[in-house]
Amino acid sequence: MTYSPAEMMATVAARELRDGEVVFVGIGLPNLACNLARATHAPRLVLIYESGAVGAEPERLPVSIGDPSLVTGSLMVCGMADVFQFLLQNGRIEVGFLGGAQIDRFGNINTTVVGSYQHPTVRLPGSGGAAEIAIHARRTIVISRLSRRAFPEAVDFITSPGHRMRGRTRSELGMPGAGPVRVITDKGILEADEDTGELVLASLYPGVTADEVRAAVGWPLRCRGTALGVEPPGEPELRLLREVLDPDGLYLRS
Amino acid sequence: MRDAVAALVRDGDTVVIEGFTHLICFAAGHEIIRQRRRDLTLCRLTPDLIYDQMIAAGCARKLVFSWAGNPGAGSLHAFRRAVEKGEPPLELEEYSHFGMVARLSAGAARLPFWTLRDYMGTDLPVANPRIRRVTCPYTGEVLATVPALNPDVTIVHAQRADAQGNAQIWGLLGVQKEAALASERVIVVVEELVDQSVIRADPNRTMIPGLAVDAVVVEPWGAHPSYAQGYYDRDNDFYIGWEATSRDASSLTRYLEEFVFGVRNRAEYVERCGGLERLRASSRVCAGVNYGY
Repeated sequence: MTYSPAEMMATVAARELRDGEVVFVGIGLPNLACNLARATHAPRLVLIYESGAVGAEPERLPVSIGDPSLVTGSLMVCGMADVFQFLLQNGRIEVGFLGGAQIDRFGNINTTVVGSYQHPTVRLPGSGGAAEIAIHARRTIVISRLSRRAFPEAVDFITSPGHRMRGRTRSELGMPGAGPVRVITDKGILEADEDTGELVLASLYPGVTADEVRAAVGWPLRCRGTALGVEPPGEPELRLLREVLDPDGLYLRS
Repeated sequence: MRDAVAALVRDGDTVVIEGFTHLICFAAGHEIIRQRRRDLTLCRLTPDLIYDQMIAAGCARKLVFSWAGNPGAGSLHAFRRAVEKGEPPLELEEYSHFGMVARLSAGAARLPFWTLRDYMGTDLPVANPRIRRVTCPYTGEVLATVPALNPDVTIVHAQRADAQGNAQIWGLLGVQKEAALASERVIVVVEELVDQSVIRADPNRTMIPGLAVDAVVVEPWGAHPSYAQGYYDRDNDFYIGWEATSRDASSLTRYLEEFVFGVRNRAEYVERCGGLERLRASSRVCAGVNYGY
């Protein structure tokens, strides 16, 4: 079966999740990935949304992070002070999903401004819960399509910290979580190098070359010696995505 | 609503209309626009369409926020025009969600600030010097701090309340409790006014005690196009359509003329929308519990 880049990204993200893990979910591909994992290899995944729904099992595709379907049938609904203090800062979140307009060499993410903060050329929405997810989740997974604009050498504004911020490391800054361990793109997967924190090419999707990925990144991208190939989505995964999880193709079409 | 806003919302006020995706009181925002309040400092985690409309209508001097997008649909274009082009000028004070939640928690506890383990490595404290640090007197750890937020007036939409304002909310709870208790004045807007016996039958569901409430307004469909769990669904088509409506300043002005200035109250708004029955919630009633002893 043929598949779209978005279907590949959702499938790859789903495979990152282990059964029983506690996941802070975002809308769009992260939500699809989590629900795909829940329907396949990880039925005991606990989905937490920053809006306060814990253990959500949405019966329809949530369009916003505060969709009423996240409440109906969930395990718990709490206020946002509880979500951020008693779940996230408490260290209960094992995986956080993040995306962004810009992601740089060290995995720093910008969702605030393109250009300067005082006089931006494009004003983006801002942090939401992303800054604290990037700091506290035990590991974060970033999902973003590759382009030179989206992957500059350094972001214009650090909204969510990666592995090296103005020369300082996460451990120097006292961050509890491991940060963005993987960046899932539409061409392959980048991983943070364990020593330097720099994003390197770890695996390629079928039919993609390392040069294609390098051309879409704003720094000299290093390639892991053993860049692995990635299994494309199988028929059961595609069927679930298309027929059950996103039947209108809201997030999967492109 | 007209009387409550006239009496309790004043030019220059710091105003909070809370509700995270759920229970956003558009009815109150529209009334504030109609009464042409000016120089407001608008605070909300997610400004959402309601503050986009209030910015476009010229009510806002300053915005205090943590995520300014159109949830699930795109941008807030009146906000973007103000920030990118200064049309109209808008002062910003920006946090993350945790920071805003912490500000309201400090406000509700009447403490000067709140501590949180956050912001290290981010540029947010550079953009906003009110995000500072403190050294813990017990462990020596350096923690982030944010100042208390104590609004002049907070407006909260609830499913139901009694005449004294004991307000019950279910579904997503956001930061309404913190915002109301941090505030000098509080307006509770409800889908249904109920007898106090209904409140007393299920006291655990009361989110805001009447002792903190200054006015109760009954305004069915008052949260549209956001939603009220158990009453009506979110109007996602409206949110998606806002992208086109707000992208162009003149089409946004036409929207305000027709749906805000062009109606006298919420009932006329609902009529102007062609009725909203299509959004009426399905039934998923829970069984209730035994409060006996």
